[in-house]
Amino acid sequence: MATEVLMPALSPTMEEGTLAKWLVKEGDTVASGDIMAEIETDKATMEFEAVDEGVIGKILVEAGTEGVKVNTPIAVLIAEGEEVPAAGATAETAPAPAALNREEGKVASPATAAPVPAAPKADTTPDWPEGTKMKTQTVREALRDAMAEEMRSTDEVFVMGEEVAEYQGAYKITQGLLDEFGARRVIDTPITEHGFAGIGVGAAFGGLKPIVEFMTFNFAMQAIDHLLNSAAKTLYMSGGQMGCPIVFRGPNGAAARVGAQHSQCYAAWYSSIPGLKVAMPYSAADAKGLLKTAIRDPNPVIFLENEILYGRSFDVPDLEDFTVPFGKAKIWREGSDLTIVSFGIGMTYALEAAERLAKDGISAEVLDLRTLRPMDTDAILASVMKTNRLITVEEGFPQSSVGNYITSVVMEQAFDYLDAPVINLCGKDVPMPYAANLEKLALVTTDEVVEAAHKVTYR
Amino acid sequence: MAVKKPAAKSNVSAEELLGYYRDMLLIRRFEEKAGQLYGMGLIGGFCHLYIGQEAVVVGLEAAAKEGDKRITSYRDHGHMLACGMDPKGVMAELTGREGGYSKGKGGSMHMFSKEKHFYGGHGIVGAQVPLGAGLAFSDKYKGNDNVTFTYFGDGAANQGQVYETYNMAMLWDLPVIFVIENNKYAMGTSVQRATRSPSLWERGAAYGITGEEVDGMDVLAVKAAGEKAVAHCRAGKGPYILEVMTYRYRGHSMSDPAKYRTRDEVQKMRSERDAIEHVRELLLTGKHATEDDLKNIDKDIKAVVNEAAEFSKESPEPALEELWTDIYA
Repeated sequence: MATEVLMPALSPTMEEGTLAKWLVKEGDTVASGDIMAEIETDKATMEFEAVDEGVIGKILVEAGTEGVKVNTPIAVLIAEGEEVPAAGATAETAPAPAALNREEGKVASPATAAPVPAAPKADTTPDWPEGTKMKTQTVREALRDAMAEEMRSTDEVFVMGEEVAEYQGAYKITQGLLDEFGARRVIDTPITEHGFAGIGVGAAFGGLKPIVEFMTFNFAMQAIDHLLNSAAKTLYMSGGQMGCPIVFRGPNGAAARVGAQHSQCYAAWYSSIPGLKVAMPYSAADAKGLLKTAIRDPNPVIFLENEILYGRSFDVPDLEDFTVPFGKAKIWREGSDLTIVSFGIGMTYALEAAERLAKDGISAEVLDLRTLRPMDTDAILASVMKTNRLITVEEGFPQSSVGNYITSVVMEQAFDYLDAPVINLCGKDVPMPYAANLEKLALVTTDEVVEAAHKVTYR
Repeated sequence: MAVKKPAAKSNVSAEELLGYYRDMLLIRRFEEKAGQLYGMGLIGGFCHLYIGQEAVVVGLEAAAKEGDKRITSYRDHGHMLACGMDPKGVMAELTGREGGYSKGKGGSMHMFSKEKHFYGGHGIVGAQVPLGAGLAFSDKYKGNDNVTFTYFGDGAANQGQVYETYNMAMLWDLPVIFVIENNKYAMGTSVQRATRSPSLWERGAAYGITGEEVDGMDVLAVKAAGEKAVAHCRAGKGPYILEVMTYRYRGHSMSDPAKYRTRDEVQKMRSERDAIEHVRELLLTGKHATEDDLKNIDKDIKAVVNEAAEFSKESPEPALEELWTDIYA
């Protein structure tokens, strides 16, 4: 049976090309792999190989022809001894390529298609039942307890990272875990973030539930390919077959006087990646409840801690199995004049400012996002619709910040409710300086939050 | 290529040889068909063909047992077919259809099969190496005797994460076989233009890892080396490196004009060292099969590949809702 040989697409973008040269002539026998022609694309001259065996019955497009469209028949291949069919009459044409359906494939993103919502209802159920006994704990102790509890209940959970075992953790977050769980489950790694992040992801593919500690998230930059390309995207790329239940945790953001390379907040970076979940607790109770949720989550979770908060004490519910759900903001303080949205250490400034503003007669509602992905935008919108004014507070850089994203959500979904422009308070647009006075200036301050509150309330 | 043509192994059965012939031929015909479909615009983007390297995966799969894992780079079609994944599902993924292994959302470089313990299909050069060691870590943690075949190319062999992984794999005695598929070119850069190291497998010595060079155009030599490596790993002795000397006949990807090597070089490998021809010769000279037997196999394979191609064209594109699924478990 005769087969038409079609002009091939030789690159992802090629639509037409020049048939530069035929290397076979009519009557020649070809086998798969034999070069039949040279074809010039916009990028290069490529050799075109035969895929089927047969005899060149007829050459349809002469050498030197320019602008030959992809899929135009350029020759007819026949079986040995067969007649060349009359032009175009009986040749079996290979099917035309599938329509790309690019236009049809356009799907409106829910963000732009969503109608202006009725006032969304924030989930304000309390994190623990009334009357629960509380104990005072540091964030450090709460994080350790969360890991220990999950390790006790599930053998697949293990911790790996630099100095997590014998040294008891560079910041003592893993203190005591080696003694309780042994070297099989509490694993010191060499200083090779790229490598051990990849091994952690592979172990998660293999059915374990790794907790990978980065001594700080600055060092995760060496490993970020595995966090994004290997961990976050695999479920999607595998059509839902292959998930990656892993927690990457460690201190994030500025500590104190450690300079530019050790002082960066990655909240905005990781929270822009579909496939990742991102938690950034402020209090000890949230640190514990969110970390337990993170370890149980079947998806990769970026868990951003803060060195300065590690030693701070909070009330933690004394419950056997206390967890905090992802995607549920916490209202630390109710108010009516403006909304302050923050997360992580930014909450320190937000709460201090609210206290001071109260003395000036300004009532601020303070929201702690707790997780940035999923983000509780309902809680933000509900609050803004009540107060009509919004400021956001974070330590990260100002361009493409988390606050910028929150602002866009509020602009799109609650524009008519705003009585003043939203203000995003961030760290300054500079690498972190070492000098004590400059470092202080580079971070967001309580004074700035207070000042912004006056600005949006025009008081 | 610095490898000698080894003598045919005498202890191989006719069935085994026929099996290797069939498996290698399936990969070659499948890849040729993929090239054809690419030319017709049915396959888009990147498409890296495995033609020429068939003996590597077929030989190593012959040394594997149920439960063993495998992971590789973006040149992954051969690995999937060799571990028993359905050619229809692979081809339909290439055409981006609902019937593909990833429902059309992964493409040529990103396919997975839990059932066949195939863990991808990774597009970032070298990233699969620590991932493979992590898979081996999970088996060691669980206390079974599975091994993980971690494939990468001579190009990836220069990535830093490979050596971070060597170090930890040896430190923790991970049951991982590092398979360096040395096809002599990292895209368009020959091995000699990328490193002064005389061999790639010997770099493992710096971490205490044993290894060897293998003739990757001889499926029996690959299988023998694979068995040795597997025995080493299963015995709890830690990782093993196989540098398999092979050759890719086609370009790096479909849009490679291949100006970095001569046509003669490719032709010489094809006519003198072709892995499929080698087994064909063994079958015929050993009187294990007649020309007609082999013709029948060719016909069967062609039918399988044509069926896969038909399926890949007929399977519908994924439903538009699929855009928003599988982002979170």
